[in-house]
Amino acid sequence: MSTVKLTVNGKAVAVDVEDRTLLVQLLRENLNLTGTHVGCDTSQCGACVVHMDGKAVKSCTMLAGQADGANITTIEGIAKGDELHPMQAAFRDNHGLQCGYCTPGMIMSAIDIVHRYGGQLDETTVRHELEGNICRCTGYHNIVKAVLDAAGRMKVSQAAE
Amino acid sequence: MGVEGIGARVVRKEDKRFITGKGRYVDDIKLLGMTHAHFIRSPHAHAKVKGINSAEALKMPGVVAVLTGQEIVDDKVGNLICGWAITSKDGSPMKMGAWPAMAPETVRFVGQAVAVVIAESKNLARDAAEAVVVEYEELPAVADVHAAIKSGAPQLHPEASGNQVYDWVIGDEGATDAAFAKAANVVKLDVTNNRLAPNAMEPRAAIADYDAAEEHFTLYTTSQNPHVARLVLSAFYNIAPEHKLRVIAPDVGGGFGSKIFIYPEEMVALWASKKVGRPVKWTGDRTEAFLTDAHGRDHVTHAEMAFDANNKITGLKVKTYANFGAYMSLFSSSVPTYLYATLLSGQYNIPAIHAEVIGVYTNTTPVDAYRGAGRPEASYLIERLMETAARQLKVDPTALRRTNFITQFPHQTPVIMAYDTGDFNASLDAAMKAIDYDGFAGRKAKAKADGKLRGIGVSCYIEACGIAPSKAVGSLGAGVGLWESAEVRVNPVGTIEVLTGSHSHGQGHETTFCQLVAERLGVPISQVSIVHGDTDKVQFGMGTYGSRSAAVGLTAILKAMEKMESKAKKIAAHALEASEGDIVIENGEFKVAGTDKAIAFPMVALAAYTAHNLPDGMEPGLKESAFYDPTNFTFPAGAYICELEVDPGTGKTSFVNFVAADDFGRLINPMIVEGQVHGGLAQGIGQALLEHAIYDASGQPITASFMDYSMPRADDLPSFNLSHTTTLCPGNPLGIKGCGEAGAIGASAAVINAITDAIGKNNLEMPATPDRVWRTIHAA
Repeated sequence: MSTVKLTVNGKAVAVDVEDRTLLVQLLRENLNLTGTHVGCDTSQCGACVVHMDGKAVKSCTMLAGQADGANITTIEGIAKGDELHPMQAAFRDNHGLQCGYCTPGMIMSAIDIVHRYGGQLDETTVRHELEGNICRCTGYHNIVKAVLDAAGRMKVSQAAE
Repeated sequence: MGVEGIGARVVRKEDKRFITGKGRYVDDIKLLGMTHAHFIRSPHAHAKVKGINSAEALKMPGVVAVLTGQEIVDDKVGNLICGWAITSKDGSPMKMGAWPAMAPETVRFVGQAVAVVIAESKNLARDAAEAVVVEYEELPAVADVHAAIKSGAPQLHPEASGNQVYDWVIGDEGATDAAFAKAANVVKLDVTNNRLAPNAMEPRAAIADYDAAEEHFTLYTTSQNPHVARLVLSAFYNIAPEHKLRVIAPDVGGGFGSKIFIYPEEMVALWASKKVGRPVKWTGDRTEAFLTDAHGRDHVTHAEMAFDANNKITGLKVKTYANFGAYMSLFSSSVPTYLYATLLSGQYNIPAIHAEVIGVYTNTTPVDAYRGAGRPEASYLIERLMETAARQLKVDPTALRRTNFITQFPHQTPVIMAYDTGDFNASLDAAMKAIDYDGFAGRKAKAKADGKLRGIGVSCYIEACGIAPSKAVGSLGAGVGLWESAEVRVNPVGTIEVLTGSHSHGQGHETTFCQLVAERLGVPISQVSIVHGDTDKVQFGMGTYGSRSAAVGLTAILKAMEKMESKAKKIAAHALEASEGDIVIENGEFKVAGTDKAIAFPMVALAAYTAHNLPDGMEPGLKESAFYDPTNFTFPAGAYICELEVDPGTGKTSFVNFVAADDFGRLINPMIVEGQVHGGLAQGIGQALLEHAIYDASGQPITASFMDYSMPRADDLPSFNLSHTTTLCPGNPLGIKGCGEAGAIGASAAVINAITDAIGKNNLEMPATPDRVWRTIHAA
């Protein structure tokens, strides 16, 4: 057992876990942040994507101990109170989700994509960058639309800040 | 149409919880004192279980119990059943091999459970499972249908000699033979419909909680049909009588058919919860999903089509071998028979059809309904045949289809189905216009100059949805009726709860079903809640599959609404001192037609519950329910055209355009309908290009992870160009046909027709991987 200290969605936490505990297990089982999902066991599907120090990571593929001292943001931590993150709003407005299971990981990956490209995105780039997130419901059509829509919204909201 | 009524592109009410991480799936639920199950599964495709030694495991920390197949059999938990009886051509019943929830003696596919460890945590259960020693005696195994039916092949079940489930026929063999005898041309085709793994993104999971004082079970499970699960668990598996079993299917992360069935893990969790006296949770991992979720498709077919001198089809002969896997899953028997062969007429006038379907056991994961269930196999076969025929007869493939389209409705096919309505020329026109079919030759020539092989492929599908008229399916062997139930509860303040037996696992019912209420009453959808997925709340329901929720489930809600409105009108008329016949409902008010007299709907609701001033003899309250049994199947149809390029150097396919023109009858929410089509197309294209659940000859699965099984990803797919043509379904009052499976049914033939057009060779099996396409291009 080890104590892992980290900041999750802005809140400092210290959790005693078995050394083999994965980050996703710590989030789901110890902190009850069940918005982060597990869809596979080979780091392929991306349902578990969270942000560690601002970058997208697959939380099923790292030990909780590797996140010691890190700043973790999950799907539960991106809205400002009742105000949705522009990516969340874009997924809703463009019908970018159906069953909702891949959605948290998609949204977290998509925010990271927009950040990395400074909002300069086109369809081909979005499709290529989403390679590590699998959706079985939407055929990606509306997810791609949502990401491009959000890229515009995020640029506008950054400019306003 | 109001802003939130029928036909409006309303954004989904359910989205907020999913985009904020507040969805509640089975694995998100924790119960007090909950234990965790880990299954010990066979690594062999076929073996005798000689012994299970759990002594070391039981000494390990946190281990509560190790339970085996023999114990579940000893406790008289019933074997798994198949709920649709099929009769072979010789009059004998289908041959169902016994399928215990965990195998006491013989395992017949890799992944079949033989024991389960119950422990304080998931990790401890896994650790202990490593210490359980299972001794197997390997038996010869067979994975391929043709190998399984050879004499001397390994035999799976004593009940099924020659590994044959059934040998079933439909249609008029004599008339079909006569048509072939007179044919001007005969077109022949062999096709394999590749085995698929459904892969809903949420792996299956179950939590069972036994209350010893009440002798009552609660099961949280990943189900498309919680009431059917309760019925089967009670009536056939002896878990508990229905009033002592509550089944809850909360948010469910996709189904595609794979979550219709009641699986061994749910049975074991319930049984084990009683055994250990604590809640038991099982959450599958992705490999378990590949090994144990019912697979789809897996047909091997030879077909021949006869034409007269005018290129009119005169007959169709089909012989299909359907791989059932190791056991008969819940609805498996119906998929290659009544859901497949009854659609073999496609969109065409075919005077004589004869089909024979041979069901075969193999040492593989059981096969059952997967998005489309039989209809994709039928549509793929017919549309590949039509394309092959056009090439052989040297006519344009769209012209050949038009020559043979059914244009008069209703149309009785030779294979049971009576198509009620449709306009197949209209959808083909729309698709051809959308893709600029006439300009294709020019684009092909230009691509050739760039070193690319460009092809175009058409697929005109028809399917049968709105499953199903209970009397009709009963006469064909179904063990259940396929109606739907609904209840409309108006609260005293005028808000409305609609309880439905349909289950939403991505389809958006919490929005679309509200839109019907908004349309009829003129109230905002925020005043309406949809309740589903809990057998303690909803009286009964047959669930969601076969594109039935709008055509059947929503019609049941409509029937309940009509009853509620009728009573509300009486109350309003009484309050307004008017005649009931003069009351109209507009914008949330009950008005006396042609006057300014009106009463708001919440006041009508309040009057119903105060009961101070109701018409004489009227019961208080405002709540009505209905059961709706459809009168016929519905027949969504459409035309898909795919244009693509093949790189002759690599065999890689790149999409240029994919157009879909569908006729789904009335659309409740076009945004949601489009989403359903996108998802279906992705699955159809996935089958055509990428997906294949492969076994080696000894029955070892070699595609049991996302590293090995190629799921469609964002960069494998194009954006889609959708449109709709409309003929209203006459079979239900809303005119709805259903849209959930169409994409998966129609897409694969369009893709393969396009690739074979591009490369100029007709023989190409799915999935058309770059390797396979390259080899086909360069084959002698």
